[in-house]
Amino acid sequence: MKKVYATAAEALEGLLHDGMFIAAGGFGLCGIPELLIAAIRDAGTKDLTVASNNCGVDDFGLGILLQTRQIRKMISSYVGENAEFMRQYLSGELELEFNPQGTLAERMRAGGCGIPGFYTKTGVGTVIAEGKEVKTFDGQDYILERGIVADLSIVKAWKADDTGNLVFRKTARNFNPPAAMCGKVCVAEVEEIVPRGSLDPDLIHLPGIYVHRIVQGTHEKRIEQRTTRKKEAA
Amino acid sequence: MPWDRNQMAARAAQELEDGMYVNLGIGIPTLVANYVGDKDITLQSENGMLGMGPFPYEGEEDPDLINAGKQTITELNRTAYFDSATSFGMIRGGKIAAAILGAMEVAENGDLANWMIPGKLVKGMGGAMDLVAGVGRVIVVMDHTNKAGESKVLRECTLPLTGKGVVDRIITNLGVLDVVPGGLRIVECADGVTQDELRAATEATIVS
Repeated sequence: MKKVYATAAEALEGLLHDGMFIAAGGFGLCGIPELLIAAIRDAGTKDLTVASNNCGVDDFGLGILLQTRQIRKMISSYVGENAEFMRQYLSGELELEFNPQGTLAERMRAGGCGIPGFYTKTGVGTVIAEGKEVKTFDGQDYILERGIVADLSIVKAWKADDTGNLVFRKTARNFNPPAAMCGKVCVAEVEEIVPRGSLDPDLIHLPGIYVHRIVQGTHEKRIEQRTTRKKEAA
Repeated sequence: MPWDRNQMAARAAQELEDGMYVNLGIGIPTLVANYVGDKDITLQSENGMLGMGPFPYEGEEDPDLINAGKQTITELNRTAYFDSATSFGMIRGGKIAAAILGAMEVAENGDLANWMIPGKLVKGMGGAMDLVAGVGRVIVVMDHTNKAGESKVLRECTLPLTGKGVVDRIITNLGVLDVVPGGLRIVECADGVTQDELRAATEATIVS
């Protein structure tokens, strides 16, 4: 079982094809698989459908795959930070499916858990419910949402061991575990690959069964909104 | 004098009780955190955190630690991190006691619109639809009227909905209203605002 690859490009070798469906972890620019996204850009794979909470910014994250017109459709909850996204969407070049954030996360989790659909009250009575089955449980309406199974998951973690057990850091965990779970194949990029036995088995966030390939790299980790406070005078 | 942003936030903070887990939206709701005083309130950030702390000191920003508005923040000694599916599990599952959110329109039946204006750029609903459907109590904080002076407290929403019949209480610059059977009930008026002024600025049915 060899899971560790030397570069993001090698980790993706044989996994990419035009028209494929990719699930990506990350929230805003936090915890995004930036090296794998860059490798997909370099591979030139096109007509992609990408499920990701956001679509990066113009020049970073998934935004770089918009610049190269490699994405055909996005499944997201919020895309407000990206001018090129709006331009392509308004001109009809890019298809967009809005999912409420929790519905998107649960669709990924469910898909990875063998659950093809689930009922949720999120979006009942809104445009999100249009065309979806409504079922009443205990007097409350719920809509049917489908689980997502992606051809490929790309995620970012803090540390991995060589068996693919992953540990995330702070709020960079976000969509990465559910995105990882819903892929037929999952590639994880990490800041550090540590020897097996050095991660506390009680503190593994995502077991290696979900992770098929791992690559270690250096991350830019760009901050989207730098907010600070002043130190009070002593 | 109607309430200003900080007074609205201070009034909204009175809604919070000791021990509550709360989600604050972007804008005026974010200011509510400044007014909780001695109450033991745990703030949830839906990108995967309970126990959200203040902004970091300059130079101590951590790209792995942001809130749902993508701003750099800090952790507290009570903080817990989790993934997005778990985060919305606690939201959808009714574990979050209250959400305090901004709005474009609220209707007398509790309908809420705060995510899109047709014909304008659509950014997405983010977590707002999940929050209003799931949390125990939805409190809206917003200006009572728009820039043109038209009421934002309506008989029916005109904009696409974020949630249907989800709002419990509305706090505006003019006062506080509750969603009750048949319409809205005035809870209180802002300092120096009369009931007549509040009614005149409200399109929705007010029941006494």
